[in-house]
Amino acid sequence: DAAPGGDMQWCFSQVKGAIDDDVAEADIISTVEFNHTGELLATGDKGGRVVIFQQEIENKSLPQFRSEYNVYSTFQSHEPEFDYLKSLEIEEKINKIRWLPQKNAAQFLLSTNDKTIKLWKISERDKRPDGYNLKEDDGRYKDPNSITSLRVPVLIPMDLMVEASPRRVFANAHTYHINSVSVNSDHETYLSADDLRVNLWHLEITDRSFNIVDIKPTNMEELTEVITAAEFHPHQCNTFVYSSSKGIIRLCDMRESALCDRHTKLFEEPEDPSNRSFFSEIISSISDVKFSHSGRYMMTRDYLSVKIWDLNMENRPVETYQVHEYLRSKLCSLYENDCIFDKFECCWNGNDSVVMTGSYNNFFRMFDRSQRRDVMLEASRENSKPMQVLKPRKVCAGGKRKKDEISVDSLDFNKKILHTAWHPQDNIIAVATTNNLYIFQDKVN
Amino acid sequence: MEVNVEARRILAVSISKLYASRSQRGGLRLHRSLLLSMVMRSARDIYHSSRESEQPNGEQPATEEPMDTNCDPKEKARLAPDLADTSADMAPGVSDKLDESDCDITEDKENLSPAKQSRKRRGKASAAPDFLPSKRARLEPGEERYAAPVGSCRAGVGDYRSALTLNQVIPAF
Repeated sequence: DAAPGGDMQWCFSQVKGAIDDDVAEADIISTVEFNHTGELLATGDKGGRVVIFQQEIENKSLPQFRSEYNVYSTFQSHEPEFDYLKSLEIEEKINKIRWLPQKNAAQFLLSTNDKTIKLWKISERDKRPDGYNLKEDDGRYKDPNSITSLRVPVLIPMDLMVEASPRRVFANAHTYHINSVSVNSDHETYLSADDLRVNLWHLEITDRSFNIVDIKPTNMEELTEVITAAEFHPHQCNTFVYSSSKGIIRLCDMRESALCDRHTKLFEEPEDPSNRSFFSEIISSISDVKFSHSGRYMMTRDYLSVKIWDLNMENRPVETYQVHEYLRSKLCSLYENDCIFDKFECCWNGNDSVVMTGSYNNFFRMFDRSQRRDVMLEASRENSKPMQVLKPRKVCAGGKRKKDEISVDSLDFNKKILHTAWHPQDNIIAVATTNNLYIFQDKVN
Repeated sequence: MEVNVEARRILAVSISKLYASRSQRGGLRLHRSLLLSMVMRSARDIYHSSRESEQPNGEQPATEEPMDTNCDPKEKARLAPDLADTSADMAPGVSDKLDESDCDITEDKENLSPAKQSRKRRGKASAAPDFLPSKRARLEPGEERYAAPVGSCRAGVGDYRSALTLNQVIPAF
């Protein structure tokens, strides 16, 4: 049972990554994802690497501390590539990681860069065979004349080894840059989406995928909208949504037709004409869409706000939360320094009562839907003593700045939190700053 | 008039972003290019409509320079944020040139280069992949993120001459 976000006190638990102020580009975290039990936490970075952390078995003698996450496996998922036909580099940056529900001893995840999705198997090995008849321990073959007896090799314990191996490579299906992957509730299929198309794959089949959405106009000059994110419904395997750069979400039912170009539902809020500016279109572009665990709601993130939609109501969201309204008057500067193009993600807590998203200056926000409370916290090395309680932060939009408040002009726009994740069953959150991963948990009394 | 200046500045910033994004690792991003072209369209429309409302009253500034209306696709586009001051105002014909220009930037890959370019060109001739070092330098933060200097409205004038039409930005894909 999660206590409401507003009431809760959050404490620092751990931080992963280099302390260096000089950030190596390859170390920039580009995605964060808990698996379905929360035991594993995966990160992907710009260098194409995946690092998986595992929560240790709970320490029963110290119940006030939840277990720590330690490195479980690290592997290079994607390498830089070159498309010779188009004379283009393909970045190795991991755009998304999605875990498959666990079916056996091994863990599986999908990781994707701009063009290629890979299915990785992560398995443990803690035994090895010992006592071969024909081979020495080091692998050399014995002199046959020296073998006088027969024995059966036995499995003996060894130090735990975690191996990651690529089981499937799903390539050559996307002309544009992949922004999303989403595993279906049938656990057999998944979708991948780029700027103009959504493809449906079977996890076992790599040489074929079905195109289920195609919004590419015949004449590219008429292009007005691109796909920005897509996700399968958590329970209805025939339903998925995709969001667009125009702030529109379309819900599609795959039973209606093979090509879901015609939506079943269209979610759009009419624009407030008083907010119109040069940048209205950019800030209405949706950067992330996430279904609630219940499947009844979905959440979208645009540049300035988070919106909760009831799937039964298309004409407006049921809740809207302003993440950093103080930036509305700074849009021109944010356009010049490119920040207006930043794609923030958002996430739900386990029981859908609280939502979380990131902001600038290493701030992140939580909105408690039931208690109608919200809080802004900071991920920083200064507040990283063990179990240190995070103090709420406040930004002063203008005028007189109170003590402990920070003014808008002092915000560090290079310190952005784009990726956050919430443990599916517990109040543990993972927050990625540029190159560090912070783990916070709620204070257990 | 305020809006006009703002529109022009945003247009200049947008064009420089568009050029900068052409040499970005990973290739042109469709989403970003679309958003840029939308901002440019809004800025251009605002600029046009404010010019139109000016016509009956305002006089053309005397310091206008004659525009070079030659549009040669092979000519190097000049992205010059540090361009010395040229005309004080855009020639009335320039905004028309935005629409009429038949220069196709898709063919201009080989020759387009920002004035202060220090990077390899991305033409087909230079197919040598330079991603091989494990930590490859990308655009310096300063190169993409420079705030449009005050004089950039004027610097932008040179850009309009070059082969850029809003309608042709997207088909570059």
